[in-house]
Amino acid sequence: MSSTNTLKALMPGDVQSDPARRAMLAEIDASCRVPVLFFVVSGLMWLLLGTLLALVASIKLHNPEFLAAWEWLTFGRVRPAHLNTVIYGFASQTGIGVTLWLMCRLCRVPFPAPGLTTVAALFWNLGLTIGVVGILVGDSTAIEWLELPRYSTPILFFSYALVAVWSVITFRLRRERHLYVSQWYLLAALLWFPWLYATAQIMLLIEPVRGVVQASVNWWFAHNVLGLWFTPIGLGAIYYFIPKVVGRPIHSYYLSVLGFWSLALFYNWNGLHHLIGGPMPAWMITVSVVASVMMLIPVITVAINHHFTMVGHFGKLRHSPTLRFIVFGAMAYTLTSLQGVANSLRSYSEIVHFTHHTVAHAHLGVYGFFTMVMFGSLYYIVPRITQREWPSLALISVHFWGCALGLILYVVPLSYGGILQGLGMNDASIPFLKVVEGTLPWLRIRTGAGLLLALGHVAFVVNLGWLLCRVFGPYRKPVVELFTETGTAAVTAK
Amino acid sequence: MNYGPLLFLGILFTLASSWVGLVLMPNRQLGALTANTSTNDTGVVVVYPQPRHGEAQQGAEHYRSLGCVYCHSQQVRPEGFGSDIERGWGRRRTVSRDYLYDKPVMLGTSRTGPDLTNIGERQSSHDWHYSHLYNPQITSKGSVMPPYPFLFEKRRVPASGPSSDALKLSGEFAVEDGWEVVPRPQARQLVEYLRSLKTTVDLPEAPLPKAAAVEE
Ligand code: HEC
Repeated sequence: MSSTNTLKALMPGDVQSDPARRAMLAEIDASCRVPVLFFVVSGLMWLLLGTLLALVASIKLHNPEFLAAWEWLTFGRVRPAHLNTVIYGFASQTGIGVTLWLMCRLCRVPFPAPGLTTVAALFWNLGLTIGVVGILVGDSTAIEWLELPRYSTPILFFSYALVAVWSVITFRLRRERHLYVSQWYLLAALLWFPWLYATAQIMLLIEPVRGVVQASVNWWFAHNVLGLWFTPIGLGAIYYFIPKVVGRPIHSYYLSVLGFWSLALFYNWNGLHHLIGGPMPAWMITVSVVASVMMLIPVITVAINHHFTMVGHFGKLRHSPTLRFIVFGAMAYTLTSLQGVANSLRSYSEIVHFTHHTVAHAHLGVYGFFTMVMFGSLYYIVPRITQREWPSLALISVHFWGCALGLILYVVPLSYGGILQGLGMNDASIPFLKVVEGTLPWLRIRTGAGLLLALGHVAFVVNLGWLLCRVFGPYRKPVVELFTETGTAAVTAK
Repeated sequence: MNYGPLLFLGILFTLASSWVGLVLMPNRQLGALTANTSTNDTGVVVVYPQPRHGEAQQGAEHYRSLGCVYCHSQQVRPEGFGSDIERGWGRRRTVSRDYLYDKPVMLGTSRTGPDLTNIGERQSSHDWHYSHLYNPQITSKGSVMPPYPFLFEKRRVPASGPSSDALKLSGEFAVEDGWEVVPRPQARQLVEYLRSLKTTVDLPEAPLPKAAAVEE
């Protein structure tokens, strides 16, 4: 490899910053404006709704009388409504938005066929609206991560197929032959998801398989939505933004290859660790436990690669909102993955499996890692596609600290409370209601944490709305470092 | 790694492996499972499990629709793994065959409430279930289970006298004189479903413990 090629493999296409290249990037960014914003803004609307549903569910768990008279707001409906709005409404749509932008940037093509993705976004939101209303009126399938009723999921699948077609088109049109790491992850996510979703829909909703095979398909699917859909998008974004913002190549090309392929090999075998102790043949669960432990390889590899790229540059966290969120996300990824390995061991699972510990773990992954990375990405992307800078630094701070502290306050106490709950349940001499009582303080703290997260979300949405209102105002060049020593916005472009 | 086709193949091959291993193989192994026929001590032929019918099946639909699965599991872990059996959640572990006819299978991943695999044997009283569903605080003070008042109807006591299935409410839960609370059909069906939840039959792969079998 020539030295330019080596650099290309390590940096997201940023070898020199000549004016012609800048102009091309600006053109690509501008072409992304409407299609990317469509997904992102709808995603954030679902986030607000999902946060509200989460708060209602959380309060109900320590105050069961709260809003108890309405059937459609009963806990068993609000909880799946929350999950589906945040997973398919917020996380998936925002993830798609970020993916579209990254794909255009990395392939060096202006957004092709924007009509295709606009139709896709419309159908996605339509299908999801029908589905969430369906859950609330009682048509939930009660299959975790797949509660959206059967009459709504084909609409989502159709919409998703359009996104997949779009990504193949974009990939074929690419003007940059070099494939940067982020692209491996994004392409993989874009191709894995339809396979997962089609299998789950056919085998669980359309022509359900018999007995506990449903459970194995269910957890193969649900765990892979995390592992093969959100995780690669999140890792792809981290691989793009850390080098981009700190202006330094990633630590090691070979580790990134190893990390990618070991994730691809092992993650998809993990799902059945959700059934440890369950009524399944032992080999299935054993295979998943082994694969879960093997996840140490991609996790440690990626952790070294991300964190070592940051070494010596932590000072930049003070100035770049993108970097703050992304580095928080990268750390949460390492933690949640290690916790996931522990959870999949039989002896530990025996304690925590049916407890709130698992709920805390899920939030460390989907929120601490994925959501934070998406927020960080949006801080970078939105100013570039709208050519407007974020209006309020204070709101960015509220967003970051609300979410970061909220998440820590969510995960740490509830994980601990979950362990106590599990130990209590495994001691048959403790009456069940005593165990229930023991969980109450942790559940109340969780509601408090939820309020902090909600505060962060509102701050972000207000800031974004404000920015979008300014699209008609004067042009401000986007900057990488927003927070300067004096706390005012830096106006010079990086 | 600049070679697109190789990347594509790798991406497809990796997922295909677990799709075969964790989706198709289990379906081959377990999809062909059938009910078990045995003769019990008194010489009666028992076929187990049996599909649910009528009210119990309608009740299963309410269980699904109301999301009871988010707080209740339906799986008993083996002896020595957790304390499911010591807690009286079942006399034996559950195995694949127990769920042959469940659609959807609601194993559950949360035990905010107790496991319900064997609730039909543990608690067979209609009255208990009705009071509990109407407001769990009546039977289980301090529970975090939601009340389900909408499964019941509050109405004037008919001229012919109080209905036989009216809830016996007293103290803070009592209703005004001249009124009564009766279960709607949904509550009735749900309770039939709960009462049908039992794993009291021996299976070759999961025998009932001998002591319990002798007590019968
Ligand atoms: C928010 C969590 C939650 C939800 C949702 C929930 N339960 Fe419960 N359930 C509990 C808790 C906690 C207990 C233990 C205390 C008690 O008896 O109320 C319990 C107990 C029970 C019991 C008695 C178990 C025993 O061993 O005595 C039954 C039966 C029951 N629930 C049925 C249901 C049904 C049917 C639904 C759905 C309509 C449901 N539960 C929904 C939390 C929940």
